[in-house]
Amino acid sequence: MTAVAEKPQADAGEIPSFEVTMRIARFTPEDDKGVHWEDFTVTMHGTDRVLDALHEIKWHIDGSLTFRRSCAHGVCGSDAMRINGRNRLACKTLLKDLDISKPITVEPIKGLPVEKDLIVDMEPFFDSYREVMPFLVAGGQEPSRERLQSAEQRERFDDTTKCILCAACTSSCPVFWTDGQYFGPAAIVNAHRFIFDSRDDAGEQRLEILNSKEGVWRCRTTFNCTEACPRGIQVTKAIAEVKQAVIRGRV
Amino acid sequence: MSTSTTSIPDPTTRYRRTGQRGLNAEMLSWMFMRGSGALLVILVFGHLFVNLWLGDGVKGIDFAFVGGKWASPFWQVWDLLMLWLGLIHGGNGVRTIINDYARGDRTRMVLKALLYFAVVVTIVLGTLVIFTFDPCPVGAEPSLLPSFCEG
Repeated sequence: MTAVAEKPQADAGEIPSFEVTMRIARFTPEDDKGVHWEDFTVTMHGTDRVLDALHEIKWHIDGSLTFRRSCAHGVCGSDAMRINGRNRLACKTLLKDLDISKPITVEPIKGLPVEKDLIVDMEPFFDSYREVMPFLVAGGQEPSRERLQSAEQRERFDDTTKCILCAACTSSCPVFWTDGQYFGPAAIVNAHRFIFDSRDDAGEQRLEILNSKEGVWRCRTTFNCTEACPRGIQVTKAIAEVKQAVIRGRV
Repeated sequence: MSTSTTSIPDPTTRYRRTGQRGLNAEMLSWMFMRGSGALLVILVFGHLFVNLWLGDGVKGIDFAFVGGKWASPFWQVWDLLMLWLGLIHGGNGVRTIINDYARGDRTRMVLKALLYFAVVVTIVLGTLVIFTFDPCPVGAEPSLLPSFCEG
C-alpha cells in the first residue's frame, strides 16, 4: 500500500535533468596559451544555476577552474561574469532560463584585467568607488541619538542603496571598456546614494568630483548598465539625476 | 633604521583623481549638444520646408533662388546659424567618438587635428560665402539671375 502510494509521488517531485555544455574562457598567466575556450559537458538539474555548473566542473572535473563566489545567493556580488555575452551573477542565472541546446559561454567581465580564468583585478573598479567618498560626511554637532530622516527623504535615494558592487554595470559600459578612466556607473550610483541623502553634507564635493573630465559627462546613455544590474537599479536614471544636480550646482 | 611610519592621510583632505583637467569644459560641451540639437531641429526642418516644399519645391532651386534668399539678412542669419551650430555640434560629436574609441594618444591627436582642421575650414569658407556672395555677377546671362539684378 505504501509502495504504491510512494511511486507516483516520486515521479511528481522529480526534477528534470539535462546535459549542458559550458564553454568557459580559460586563462592561466603562467602558461603561454593565452585566453582560450574550454568545453565541459555536465549533467545538471532544472533547479541548478550557472554557479552550480561551475561548481560541478571545479569539484568533479577540473579543479584548476578559478572563479570568485562568496555567498552564492546574489547578495555579495562576487560572481559577476559574462554569461552568453551578458553580464549576470552566476548565482542568479538558472540554467533552464538559458538556451541549453547550445553551449553556454562564460567569460570574465570585460574592461578589467583578467588575473586567472574568470577572476579579474577589481582594484581599478574600487579605486573609482573610493574616489566618490562612499561614506556619510555629516557636519555640525554630533547628535546624541540617531540622525532622523523622513520616509520621503529616504525614498529619494532608495534605489541606489541596493548596489552590491558586483561591477556588472561598470564592466558592461562601452565607455569604460575604451580606456578604463571613466568613473563608471557603479561609482556614480554610490555617489548618488550619498548626494541625495538628507543626512549627508558632502554632496557638493562629490558633485565636483563627478564634474571632472572622466565624470558623469562621459556617460553616453547607452543603458547597458541598467540592463546589466542584477539588483534592478535604474543606473542610467541615477546618472542622469547626478548630471542634473551638477548643472544646477546643488542637490 | 628608516622611519617607515605608515602615514595616515588627513581625513579632511579630498580624494583627488589623477590628471584632473578641463574642469567644466565637458559639462559645457554636454549642455551645448542639447541646446544646439534642439535648435538645429527647428533650423534644418525650416530650411527643408522653405526650400523643398513652398513654391515650386525642389524644381525651383537654382542660382536665382539662392541669390534671392541670401539677399535677405534673415536668411543670412538662418543659414549662418545652421552652418555654425551644425558643424560645431557634429564636430563635437565626432570628437567624443574619437575620445571614446581611439586608443593610442598619437592616433587620437592626429584624428582630432584633422577633425578640427576640417571644421574650421568649412566654417570659414561657408561664412565667407554667405557674406561675400554676389547675386548679380557682371556679364552673366540675365535670365539666370534673381529678379532684382536688372538695371
